[in-house]
Amino acid sequence: MELLEIKNLVVQYSVGRDVVQAVNGISLTVKEGATIGLVGETGAGKTTTALSVMGLVPNPPGKVKSGEILLDGEDLLKKSNKEMRKIRGKDIAMIFQDPMTSLNPVMTVGEQIMEVIQLHEKISRQDAQKKACEMLELVGIPGQRYGEYPHQFSGGMKQRVIIAIALACNPRLLIADEPTTALDVTIQAQVLDMMRRLKETYKTAMILITHDLGVVAEVCDQVAIMYAGEIVEKGTLEDIYESPRHPYTIGLFQSIPDLDVESERLNIIPGMMPDPAALPEGCNFCERCQHATEQCKKQPPVVRLSDTHEVQCFLAQDEKGGE
Amino acid sequence: MADSRNRKRKKTSQAAEIWKRLQKNRMAMAGLCTLIVILLLSLFGPLLSPYDYAAQNFTDRLMFPCASHLFGTDNFGRDILTRILVGGRYTLFITFVCITSAAIMGSALGLLAAFYPKMDNIIMRLVDILMGIPTMLMCVSIVAALGSNMKNMMIALAVTQSPEFARIMRAQVLTIKDREFMEAASSIGCSNGRIIFRHIIPNALAPIIVQYTLGAVSVILMSASLSFVGMGVQPPTPEWGLMISAGRDYLRDYWHIAIIPGLAIVVTAFALNMLGDGLRDALDPRLKQ
Amino acid sequence: MGKLLEVKHLKKYFPTKSGMLHAVDDVSFSIEEGKTLGVVGESGCGKSTLGRVILHLLPLTEGTILYNGKDISNPSKTELHELRRNMQMVFQDPYSSINPRQSVAEIIGEPLKVYRVCKTKAEYHERVRELMDIVGLPERYEHSYPHELDGGRRQRIGIGRALALNPRFIVCDEPVSALDVSIQAQILNLMMDLQEERNLTYIFVTHDLSVVKHISDDIMVMYLGVVVEKSAARALFEKQLHPYTKALLSAIPRAKLGGARNRILLKGELTSPIEPPKACRFAVRCPYATDRCAQEEPTLEEVLPEHYVACHYVKEINRL
Repeated sequence: MELLEIKNLVVQYSVGRDVVQAVNGISLTVKEGATIGLVGETGAGKTTTALSVMGLVPNPPGKVKSGEILLDGEDLLKKSNKEMRKIRGKDIAMIFQDPMTSLNPVMTVGEQIMEVIQLHEKISRQDAQKKACEMLELVGIPGQRYGEYPHQFSGGMKQRVIIAIALACNPRLLIADEPTTALDVTIQAQVLDMMRRLKETYKTAMILITHDLGVVAEVCDQVAIMYAGEIVEKGTLEDIYESPRHPYTIGLFQSIPDLDVESERLNIIPGMMPDPAALPEGCNFCERCQHATEQCKKQPPVVRLSDTHEVQCFLAQDEKGGE
Repeated sequence: MADSRNRKRKKTSQAAEIWKRLQKNRMAMAGLCTLIVILLLSLFGPLLSPYDYAAQNFTDRLMFPCASHLFGTDNFGRDILTRILVGGRYTLFITFVCITSAAIMGSALGLLAAFYPKMDNIIMRLVDILMGIPTMLMCVSIVAALGSNMKNMMIALAVTQSPEFARIMRAQVLTIKDREFMEAASSIGCSNGRIIFRHIIPNALAPIIVQYTLGAVSVILMSASLSFVGMGVQPPTPEWGLMISAGRDYLRDYWHIAIIPGLAIVVTAFALNMLGDGLRDALDPRLKQ
Repeated sequence: MGKLLEVKHLKKYFPTKSGMLHAVDDVSFSIEEGKTLGVVGESGCGKSTLGRVILHLLPLTEGTILYNGKDISNPSKTELHELRRNMQMVFQDPYSSINPRQSVAEIIGEPLKVYRVCKTKAEYHERVRELMDIVGLPERYEHSYPHELDGGRRQRIGIGRALALNPRFIVCDEPVSALDVSIQAQILNLMMDLQEERNLTYIFVTHDLSVVKHISDDIMVMYLGVVVEKSAARALFEKQLHPYTKALLSAIPRAKLGGARNRILLKGELTSPIEPPKACRFAVRCPYATDRCAQEEPTLEEVLPEHYVACHYVKEINRL
């Protein structure tokens, strides 16, 4: 059952006279209870996609130009601000990257969890308080710490509180924007482990935004690779990790230092991501791609390799045609 | 040859960039143009005027604005337009000198306080004390102690304006000091002097410039008030504040004598404020919109 | 090749309101010329402080630092000035480590001006361009300002500045952790090439074990100011002996479909580095800890040839 469907979403930011094309017509489906990893480098448009789903693209300078975002078949882009406020926190919740700044420093953590609950559920103060305590316990923080302030918590603990806030109203979709990037590895392992457990217990669908293919491998069952505002490849975890087809995906895997293989030099993708205010004609990756040919100056087609695996590249089309 | 050309291009490029950003801000440009016009008028205006600013003419006393006296005349029959133009010289001179010396003194104090923690407490408590005394009271006391003339009033104004600069500079330097590029500067062997002049000051300048324009406004107003109570510029010098003061007896029947210099102050202050706001935005390279 | 840098019993304490913060507590090591020492640990383990103390960006509390056999623990002003020619640093944050009001050429040329290396303006510009070329910055960026460039290019500026005086020794403080993966690889390769060409000696400080693997000859793992394990990089990745190193390595998410790996999940978080008790600092989180660990501080001992570990039970845990 499809929970969220993004269709041909285009988001632009206008900076002075330039138009920055942050998201260029991406389509993505999230099934109920599924976890999809949105992978890409800085500036690939991951966060903008998430913000569009939340209805939080800063306007101005940002604007959703076209496309549809369907939650249970209802277009979120057509909702009023008031309606969106009801959906945010209740049906869709978001976890932001920086645990140090996403909590209000002058409210106790308990109150901050309670606030969400009281906003969306008609329950008494006592019950809300009780539920907030339960949420804290759920993310592995003793309930007694309910009355403490954010500065009394470490980074990992703060991120747990943020997750508790996000999950407080049992959202059906959770968007996590680089939830563990700011944490140390051993703490990251703890938080990832907890997120995985919670996801299994509550059957919450999740969009995990990250640049780390390692994190995706641990938590997600589907992956979408973003590059310069487009999804260049998407598929199940097996599709992407076992048989990546887009040159960018392949390059991304190769540039990760591998702990298990001895090698002197790292493989690199030459060059940089194109300026999103002046994207090249046709394939956005063609300037860095070693397989680029004349035809890459045209918009590459989306090739369906299997029921689950899609890639946006001429190369895949040629190979498929040749088979 | 090619090198020196390159250098020149680079040297101007940062200022040019700021200028370009400033040009986009219409309010700031309006403020700047107004200021330039006021400056030119007070420099060259008096030369064109047929009247002498101090010449008394009792037949033409207390005239409302008319064709021969565009802004009218005062109680001694002096042409107000001429007096405004000449007064502009004094007002602008006082403002510029006071605020510049206040900025240099204050910034230097703030910089020392932030850069050498041992001096921090002494300097900043001194600044706190200065800020604790009502500005008007302090100016009056200083002028009373030194004697009322224009020079002493300027000293008083510069002293009362500098604490604000010290505070801003100190706060700036403290945040800049914590950034990694300061460490980088010492790791490549920069001396303290070089760190201060090459790395700290350029990064701390933006709020100082804004404070400069805001401070200039309050200097204009303060010097007007001081002259108004007779503790600043002495008659018959046509300082704007003094002119308001002279006009107050006639406010009921001949309001133009006080209102016109008042308007001159308002226009100048407003122009400075707009320019200051625009400069603050233009000086931040990250605010490129 | 001789030892370029030797550090003996280095301590760095910071006074705080509730007592002395032991940022670096009795650390000793040496690096041979042309080699790289990777210093690994999580935030708060004292690795960055260590690098800064060696470069005298922070004064040391106790201990000796020998550079080329010469004691540089307490250098005079002129000695320090001379030292900085040879010892440089690349900083973690490419956004805050360069002066936003200077152009690329000015930043890279700054050390040249400070040390008055170039006699003429033409020579200076020549040298700046050469440095930009070495770190892979096209000449057209000469007059650009840092905010116009992305993280990878800014880090190249930082490296160019560090190389300007032809140093022999560079402390790299997490130089790639703020960069994207594909850019990370570019910068790491650049640093390895530079080391080869110029026989540079690196201390490479990082929290990411997978990054140091490729660049380091030796690795030193730190936890709360002390060294818990030290060995040749290859040996360390083959077999980790200290329980913390094991956990650290197993916590790295791998970009592979691995099924169930036996991850060691550490309980709890870092304990306070302020006035730590005489005990194993890792004991609170260690799955193998006993009463002995809470009473007695383990010392760094050579457990296998050239493989040092600070743990009471290293033999039992690893069945040596």
